Amino acid sequence: MQNVPIVELSDVAISFAGVKALAGVDFACHAGSTHAILGENGAGKSTLIKIISGVLKPDTGTIAVNGSKVGFSGPADAADAGIVCMFQELSLIPDLSVADNVSILRPPRRFGLIDRRAQIARTEELLARVRCEDVDPRAMVRDLSLSRRQMVEVAKALGRDPKVLILDEATSALTQRDVETIYGLLDELRADGVCSLFISHRMHEVEALCDRLSVFRNGQHVETFAKGERSDAEIVRLMIGRDVTAKFPPKPPIRAERAPAVRLDDLRWEDRLKGVSLTLGKGEILGIGGLDGQGQKELLLALFGVLKGTKGTVTVGDGDGLATSPHRAKTGKNRIALIPDDRKTEGLMLSLSIADNIVAAALDKVASGGVIDPGRLDAAVRDGIARLQIKAGSPAHAVRTLSGGNQQKVVLAKWLMIAPDVILMNDPTRGIDVGTKQEIFRMMRTLADEGKSILFYSSDYAELIGCADRVIVLYDGRVVSELTGEAITEEAIVAASLNLKGEVA
Amino acid sequence: MTRWIAQNRGFAAALVLFAALYFSYHLMHPRGFSTAVLVQNANELVAIGFVAMAQTVPVLLGGLDLSVGAVMTLAACVASWLLDGTPAQIALGMIATLAVGAGFGLMNGLIVVYGRLQPIIATLATGAIAIGLALLIRPNPGGNVDGDLNWALTNSVYDFAETYGFARGGDAAWLQPFVNIPVPLILLFGTACLVWLPFKRTVTGRTIYAIGSAEGAAYASGLPIDRARIAAFTLAGFFAACGGLYLAIQTSTGNADVVQAGAYTLNSIAAVVLGGTALLGGTGGVIASILGAMILRAVSFYFRILDIDPLLQPLIEGIVLLTAVSAVAFRTFGVKNQLELFR
Amino acid sequence: MTTMPQIRPDDRPLLIAFGFTLVILVIGTGYTLSTTGTMPLLQPSYLMQQLQIGSFLGICAAGMMLVILTGHIDLSIPWTLTSAAMVATSVGGPWAIPAGLSVGLCVGLVNGFGVSVLRVPSMIFTLGLDTVLRGLMVARTGGFAPQDTATPAMLYLAKAKLLGVPVALFVWIAVSLVVTFLLTRTTFGRALYATGTKERAAWLSGIRTRAVVTGAFLGSALCAALAGVLLAGYSAKAYQGMGNSYLLPAIAAVVLGGTHILGGRGRYAGTFLGVVLIVLLNSILSIMQMPEAFRQIIYGAVIIGMLLIYGRGTRVSE
Repeated sequence: MQNVPIVELSDVAISFAGVKALAGVDFACHAGSTHAILGENGAGKSTLIKIISGVLKPDTGTIAVNGSKVGFSGPADAADAGIVCMFQELSLIPDLSVADNVSILRPPRRFGLIDRRAQIARTEELLARVRCEDVDPRAMVRDLSLSRRQMVEVAKALGRDPKVLILDEATSALTQRDVETIYGLLDELRADGVCSLFISHRMHEVEALCDRLSVFRNGQHVETFAKGERSDAEIVRLMIGRDVTAKFPPKPPIRAERAPAVRLDDLRWEDRLKGVSLTLGKGEILGIGGLDGQGQKELLLALFGVLKGTKGTVTVGDGDGLATSPHRAKTGKNRIALIPDDRKTEGLMLSLSIADNIVAAALDKVASGGVIDPGRLDAAVRDGIARLQIKAGSPAHAVRTLSGGNQQKVVLAKWLMIAPDVILMNDPTRGIDVGTKQEIFRMMRTLADEGKSILFYSSDYAELIGCADRVIVLYDGRVVSELTGEAITEEAIVAASLNLKGEVA
Repeated sequence: MTRWIAQNRGFAAALVLFAALYFSYHLMHPRGFSTAVLVQNANELVAIGFVAMAQTVPVLLGGLDLSVGAVMTLAACVASWLLDGTPAQIALGMIATLAVGAGFGLMNGLIVVYGRLQPIIATLATGAIAIGLALLIRPNPGGNVDGDLNWALTNSVYDFAETYGFARGGDAAWLQPFVNIPVPLILLFGTACLVWLPFKRTVTGRTIYAIGSAEGAAYASGLPIDRARIAAFTLAGFFAACGGLYLAIQTSTGNADVVQAGAYTLNSIAAVVLGGTALLGGTGGVIASILGAMILRAVSFYFRILDIDPLLQPLIEGIVLLTAVSAVAFRTFGVKNQLELFR
Repeated sequence: MTTMPQIRPDDRPLLIAFGFTLVILVIGTGYTLSTTGTMPLLQPSYLMQQLQIGSFLGICAAGMMLVILTGHIDLSIPWTLTSAAMVATSVGGPWAIPAGLSVGLCVGLVNGFGVSVLRVPSMIFTLGLDTVLRGLMVARTGGFAPQDTATPAMLYLAKAKLLGVPVALFVWIAVSLVVTFLLTRTTFGRALYATGTKERAAWLSGIRTRAVVTGAFLGSALCAALAGVLLAGYSAKAYQGMGNSYLLPAIAAVVLGGTHILGGRGRYAGTFLGVVLIVLLNSILSIMQMPEAFRQIIYGAVIIGMLLIYGRGTRVSE
């Protein structure tokens, strides 16, 4: 680590809509190392790599590659400098073939035109390197499974001859065999002098692969150290940072018997839900845990009437079945609300005003016979803003001018207006500041105390532990574990998420 | 082969539909299959074929060009002044015509990219400008096109060779397998093969598909997005000008007809959809759109030979179009996750 | 409070359009003063007559706006208008107008079904329906101009004057009031904006977006049908192609009025101003005896120029 860093960031800061995503970040990584970047959700890891790979431009600060300052105007510049990134959201084009995707930017040419035969040969070679000989270079990417796409993404990155390779959650959807392939590749690349930046939530992967670790928290670079310098417990403490952990409202004592609000019996849908059975009690906060993509989202969508062709029995309240559309779910005898995970495209109409968003789900409540009563509408909007303490200049401002936390409050306010009996929440605190998180948790507890039932998926174990009365863990479309009271611990959730019986992570 | 069909289902379906339509047309034709009929059909195809090609390129981006019919008209009016005189003058006239179209397309592209206007509305306005220019050039229908050129390009290869006296006036032995092919078909498919297929195999061409398929991913991959957009509209202008050039040669006139320009634009969209190109972008191609145009034309051929009241023609054309697009759309009922329906 | 009223961003297009309307009036008056020494453009009777002609366009644009707000487009206006006129004149008698409007009802429902349920792109579905309607009318009338004449009620609505003001203008104003009311004061209006902004989020908010989109197409087709009935009254008969010159100006008026072509944003006052602008532009170009060629060029340049001034349209890709 004595030589010049291959990538060096000095005093980099960037903010979105007034919310700081990174502030005063100094960061360096070196050739021939595998460097892990650790941090909670929203710590700024993804923003960091987007800056390094040229997708985002920092507001202030400088980037240097091999000691000389650079200003990337786009991902193409970064790629030319040898910085190649595998994004969490894939960067493959679904309607092009695998071969086209693998050599999308610098294809082999003959007479100035793309040489398809050479392209296919090259792709086959790269696919062989990632041990994916079963993927046909001529197949369309849209026809591949998610795990194959991720391997194609790896092949694409390799084909760009990286000096710096960034892997953002690259192993999240892979099979064990593919993961091992990638481990092998990273070792080879390190021997070739490539610097790999590795982002993962899986500590054992980091342990196995990386020689240096950097911890990020709340948009700041906390510390960088060599592997082995810190114990796991210390690393976790650095990531969480005692002083900023969200404080959760106290839980009520465990009640054995609750009247059921929702009962699922063997709910199945396509290959995503493989027989989910659970009971959600009145006034209960039921947490759903597990790794991303184990059917949690589908479970919530099914209850909200989005999915067609579900099998199994669902009882809502005294005997209603599954709703067939969000409108039915919202207007049934037991009103159901869904807080979606993607608030920008599913939760909000960004360019509409705050007021319009707040009343969007409850238009009937402020109108009679389809005609809106402006007085009731204003009162309802004021009420919603006050109840959730939304900080906004005027209800007439567009929602997109609000910070992430306040946007999420608007989504909550929208659904509280229908006075729902069951609230489904899909990762409601993603990308939100700590203060707002606490407010949301308090609000959830108040609602539960009022007798509402909350079904709540979170990718953050701490939230499940701190907030839920009961936690179920999904794995591959099934409930593999149910935890109550003191039994809700990080170890238990992690073990269940990986479907390891008895083994402590 | 099976993969090709799976990957080009829309195109394959269009191919089958056209083959069935056109084959039965010839079976029912009172005089049976003949070169004369083929030549006549081909002539009617060329202009709409080129305009459909033009429309395809912006559609692949996920946009739309409502000025293609007007640019075709403008090009035809320009050509109606320039296609006479010495061979060199005629050749120069052709180049000028195509340059006018490509230049107009370039302007569209610049407005869309740097003016940040929606393609639909920007090209709606530039279409009016194109028609205005066409009217300036040709206030009244008319024109003067070299007669030999007209004859040679609107007939079979034999007539072409005979007109210009090459391959021993069309009697050379090596030419015999080709003598019955209509020249207009060669022009149409030749342009597609010489311009579009190579273009598709450049990074810019591939970027057009990438933008229509997943713009975010295209950007993250570092593809030249602005350049591809401008190129797409320029190419649309070029193809539209090819259509106009041919129309002027075929009719020996330029006619700044607003209604006709609008009809060509709308039919080009129909042809693109019938060929299996998705209006949302990303899949399809200009060859498919030529096929779409051929289907549109084949339907109209029937009215000549069958004893159908010609007054029913627009009705049947409309029903064919609606049925085709609705048939594709019925798959929405099979979607299991209703969120996929809403973008 | 004596502070200047703030200019809200959505008011910008309105002000620009209004300013441009004034510019047109000034240029036109300057021209007529310099050539003939009169200023017809500022005479109420002339303006009234122009607006009477413009009311047909205004009614079409009102309906078109509903569809554009949902992020779709209705290309079936020309033959919806013509079919309604032809059906109305051939039915005749007291049922003429209801018959014409029921054509609009059917067209709107079919369009709505195709676009919102089958999810065919509106651009192509409405175009197809337009062709079918043309086919039906051509087949029915045998390709000749129909001889049916407008009923007295239609003549009254289109041509008569009430208190010195053309009745057609009253009809346009009535339609305007209804659309303004729909957009600003009803749950349908709110749902329309929500659907046009982000259909996915609106649907997940429990808004029945399919019904909303169908409603918008219904409104558009009914407006086109009404315009057709009036236009038949104005011309005293229905004829082929009478709707051809209403599609593009209607879209242009909506967009010039500040409505976003991809939906979700726009106010009716803007559309109204957009229609006035187009009508005045047209009448000045006729006063100047501008040849068709320059008219088209000016027309296109004005649209592009104004939209560039509005500075809108978003660069995608993040």
